[in-house]
Amino acid sequence: MKSIVLYLHVHQPYRVRHYTAFDTGVNHNYFAAGPGERENNVEILNKVAHKSYLPTNKVLLKLLKKYPEFKLSLSISGVVLEQLESWSPKVLASFQELVATGRVELVSETYHHSLAFFYSRSEFETQVQMHRDIIKRLFGHEPKSFRNTELAYNNDVAKWAEDAGYKVILAEGWDPVLGWRSPNYVYNPVNTNSIKVLLKNYRVSDDIAFRFGNHDWPEWPLTADKFSHWLSEDGDATNFDLFMDYETFGEHQWEESGILEFLNNLPKEWLKTEGHDFKTVTEAAENIEAVGTFDCPNTVTWADTERDLSAWLGNGMQKQSIESLYGLERLILDSNDWDLIEDWRKLQTSDHFYYMCVKYFNDGDIHAYFSPYETPYDAYINFINAYHDLKSRLLSKGADL
Amino acid sequence: MKVLMLGWELPPHNSGGLGVACYQMCRALAKKDIDLDFILPYKAEHNIGFMKVIAAQPVDVTEIIQSGIAYDSYKYIYFDGREEWKDLYSQVKYYEHAVANMAQKMQFDIVHAHDWLTFRAALRIKQQQNVPIILHVHSVESDRAGGRYGNPLVREIEELSLMQADTVIAVSQHTKNAIIRDYHIPADKIEVVHNSIDPDAIIPLDGNNDYHYLAQLKTNGWKIVSSINRLTVQKGLVNFLYAARQVVDKLPKTMFLIVGSGEQYNELVSLSAELGIGANVMFTGFLRGKEWRDSFDISDLFVMPSVSEPFGLSPLEAGMYGVPSLISKQTGISEVLRSCLKVDFWDINEMANKMISFLIEPALENELKWQLADELSGIGWEMSAGKIKDLYHHHAARVAV
Repeated sequence: MKSIVLYLHVHQPYRVRHYTAFDTGVNHNYFAAGPGERENNVEILNKVAHKSYLPTNKVLLKLLKKYPEFKLSLSISGVVLEQLESWSPKVLASFQELVATGRVELVSETYHHSLAFFYSRSEFETQVQMHRDIIKRLFGHEPKSFRNTELAYNNDVAKWAEDAGYKVILAEGWDPVLGWRSPNYVYNPVNTNSIKVLLKNYRVSDDIAFRFGNHDWPEWPLTADKFSHWLSEDGDATNFDLFMDYETFGEHQWEESGILEFLNNLPKEWLKTEGHDFKTVTEAAENIEAVGTFDCPNTVTWADTERDLSAWLGNGMQKQSIESLYGLERLILDSNDWDLIEDWRKLQTSDHFYYMCVKYFNDGDIHAYFSPYETPYDAYINFINAYHDLKSRLLSKGADL
Repeated sequence: MKVLMLGWELPPHNSGGLGVACYQMCRALAKKDIDLDFILPYKAEHNIGFMKVIAAQPVDVTEIIQSGIAYDSYKYIYFDGREEWKDLYSQVKYYEHAVANMAQKMQFDIVHAHDWLTFRAALRIKQQQNVPIILHVHSVESDRAGGRYGNPLVREIEELSLMQADTVIAVSQHTKNAIIRDYHIPADKIEVVHNSIDPDAIIPLDGNNDYHYLAQLKTNGWKIVSSINRLTVQKGLVNFLYAARQVVDKLPKTMFLIVGSGEQYNELVSLSAELGIGANVMFTGFLRGKEWRDSFDISDLFVMPSVSEPFGLSPLEAGMYGVPSLISKQTGISEVLRSCLKVDFWDINEMANKMISFLIEPALENELKWQLADELSGIGWEMSAGKIKDLYHHHAARVAV
């Protein structure tokens, strides 16, 4: 049996608005940009809903109804669920409809899409629990699988997930870590007993997520037929882990590129061959034997050519802002001020640090594409002014800073 | 390839950036095996080995003496002993006829002329000999007039010449846009070739800064923000002072160093007093040499708040002395320099916000310095000279057909 394990990640941050030194200490609203501003979260959400969430969910629902064998897994961050609840209930309802088919698995993660695992274990665990709570409340679902933000994975994350009761954890199938191994099998993380790890096959995943609409790519245009054929060529493989941003469909790759058509045809083409099926991540872990152990002492993520945390923590602005933010943890939590705690948590979302990345700023490529700010320096200035306002709020509560 | 270059000044007899740009550009072209004859409106010792520098002398004149700077009067001494001071227009006319006369006895493939002062001479040669002319625009009249109409006679020369040019080179997209806006020259006739700076033009600091008082302030926790400019409307210093007022409110230990002279001097001095920040603004007047270099050296942040700047080299000079910049987006330099902060010249609040954020966040300062050093490590005229050489060959080839 050969399985496609399709996993899509849904997320939108609360982007920090143009927040200046003159707002600090005066105005505690960090996230509500005015109409037409590039950081306007409501407008961005509505745009993505229109271009991606609504049309893609429509295709997915149709596929689920038409093909009993079609299954997929989704992770939906707490911060995007919150935004959908407030600003786009229609999209939320369409996700609920998918999950109600019983063939869409929801994957656990941090509510705030944060890198808290690397800064505060207790804060991390609180956010995972918050995410479990909202998933339970909105979908009646209790996740058995886990993904850390940005697929940031190491042996410790795997061990934590096992101890927390998860059956499977997701990671990047990055060659320097895999060595001679193929990502198209199931593995056991080193020093664990029962949890399994599924590894993203980034080559075929990126064919869809990054190269699909590129006319200079020799394989363009990519059809579901051709793609299914490629996967079939790996004779012994058990699972093809296609992991990508949900927004690939309609947002990163526009509908005009034919991406939805591709998605629409994939089950038909893949299921044509006997012995082909789809599995959710937990089904893959429970039904496919592990072929070996996976040892990953250093943190691997799914971003950039380095596949490490440098896209978020690579430069001085990023390090200083995240360290300063977590440095406030005790005072913020002790304040018992829910608004203050929530604002602090929203600032933990990894996207804020990604916007400060200067790595590829000079080539103006993928980081720039995803950033609402003109420069990484602008992203930093808005963020750090908001951070100073958190401090100002603590000071006015009599905190000892 | 033989090029007849027409220019108004060369160092050390230059009043400003035009002479330095011409010098470095020609040197880089000479390195690319372009044979250059450069005609100036005056006779002086230049110590230049890479090209032939010739004075444009009208037939009946024995000597032309500069009064000081290039846009001032010249003294003409005739064979019959008469002496006469000529204003700028008369000089332009004399230059035109002298150059046209000399060109008839010279061999060259192409004429390359810099700014309106030499454009009539280039046109005259084209009329006589039908060689291609490239007109290089370092600034247009409306730029020099701070966004106003400027001198109608100069505008007429610019319009007529640019229309008849084979190709126009603009020092920035900003300048190209101004040429299209003011003179309706077709966009495809205008090539943007950005100015640059050769590292060897930067004289190293001597380790002793002459600003003893400012150094003393700095050890007491003060920060120095400088602007080095002609004090004219074009340079946007009024907005800079209004922003300075806001900065001082937040950070009283900030000193603003304004280096330069110009017709706005009195206005700016009294404005800083009216704003109540007289004690936080220091005017030095016009500086050159060591004092000019020390002004960069003492600064934490360099600001170029220009209303309109065809190119604007000083942020690169500041960068070579290790000082990051905040620059207006209405400048040519903002099209090329990435490792800096940027602001619209009219946005006083944002200008203040960015200065404050820079001054209180060492992480931002450090990151900018780091990136700036990296960005400037490969800087020089080499690439721009390559583009110019390509234009020469393009036109020379066309004439041959």
